[in-house]
Amino acid sequence: MDDISEDRVPAFARGTRLQRDRVREQWVVQAPERAFLADPVAAEILQQVDGETPLRTIIDGLTAAFEAPREVIARDVLALVSDLADRQVLIWKT
Amino acid sequence: MEDVTTANVPPALSTPAPPMSLLAELTHRCPLQCPYCSNPLGLEPKAGELSTDEWRRVLDEAAALGVLQVHFSGGEPMARKDLPDLVRHAVRKGLYTNLITSGVLMDQTALDQLAAAGLDHVQLSFQDVDEAGAGRIGGMNGAQAKKIEAARLVVAEGMPLTLNFVVHRLNVARIPQMFTLAEELGARRVEIAHTQYYGWGLKNRSALLPTRAQLEQSERDVAAARERFGTRMAIDFVTPDYYADEPKPCMGGWGQRFVNITPSGRVLPCHAAETIPGVEFPSVRKASLSGIWNESDIFAMFRGTDWMPEPCRSCDRKEIDWGGCRCQALALTGRADAADPVCRRSEDRATVDVALAEASVGAEDFVYRRYMRQP
Repeated sequence: MDDISEDRVPAFARGTRLQRDRVREQWVVQAPERAFLADPVAAEILQQVDGETPLRTIIDGLTAAFEAPREVIARDVLALVSDLADRQVLIWKT
Repeated sequence: MEDVTTANVPPALSTPAPPMSLLAELTHRCPLQCPYCSNPLGLEPKAGELSTDEWRRVLDEAAALGVLQVHFSGGEPMARKDLPDLVRHAVRKGLYTNLITSGVLMDQTALDQLAAAGLDHVQLSFQDVDEAGAGRIGGMNGAQAKKIEAARLVVAEGMPLTLNFVVHRLNVARIPQMFTLAEELGARRVEIAHTQYYGWGLKNRSALLPTRAQLEQSERDVAAARERFGTRMAIDFVTPDYYADEPKPCMGGWGQRFVNITPSGRVLPCHAAETIPGVEFPSVRKASLSGIWNESDIFAMFRGTDWMPEPCRSCDRKEIDWGGCRCQALALTGRADAADPVCRRSEDRATVDVALAEASVGAEDFVYRRYMRQP
């Protein structure tokens, strides 16, 4: 994984979104010809992706909410957004 | 993350797990005549098609049942004037909407209507990289130029676009040019799909099935494109399973992930299932989608592993490939409950090897996809 600056702002690419699957009671990422199951950690992170909030703020917010070490949260967030950017699910606004 | 539309999830013992995807075949009408069309040989006439209200109800029922994605297909789904209304309705129900189109009926007005309705994604089919090759397959003059214009419009709109190329012995050599075309047009996703041999494809198999050398070259070409484009382009590659030693997990398992609805409302576990004899195909005009999915004979028939004969029953891959394709087993062996003859463990593997021997020679002429005169 490349180093990603926490100043960057992720957004869902057009044609992708996070969605609650009410029948199966789970979160899914809808994408072209794919739907990815978002585990609880991924779902918490992706609910903060609004195209305006930088990674730094997302990580700070999750660190406070889950009372977990910031470095652990940061690692999870950066790994997820990097993976989803590679899969064309997320894009960078800045 | 795992793609849940194709992941293997064993069905529950009581109520089957709900479907993830609905293939909505809105019409069998199409300006093209591709000789490998996935539609059945007996095409359904316009007069029998479901109405707009009937499709709306089907979309309601699909969303309530647990479908996440609806693929509007055909025939050419844009031949239905109510397509934007159906897209809008599906979007309101939270369904992900995908349009699978030939593009020959696309123009700015039509795209604007679809975009305003909330269409999420377009999968645009190409028959080849040039007018001559495309015309030979699609049988429509000027189709290639219309498709290229359709791709430009979709990309300019900012909607994600997948280019789909069905490959066979006549065009498989041009896979590198297919990727170049996709890059020039700005498509971020490409699907290179070897022809599947059911219905029309099976009828034209000797003219379409590539040689082993062609298959191996196509694998090298796709690998080279993956290397070249990296994450800039998502590439799906569907291989012709005749050359494989083990069958594909057709539809992710019968009655497990996918549901297909024909233009007249018949509900099928896959688009070729109507070839299976001796079973009734339920219709959304007479029953609810959930009732059909959960209780009908056709969906229960090959769901899970209880129906399996040997060599599948004792095979350690039985919950990986689910016995392969039922329609292929029927087409090649005459028995829908036989092991998929692609499998090296099948006693009917010779039926596939005969086709491979024919492919080393090839045939010239196609039977084009057309409505047949009613008797």
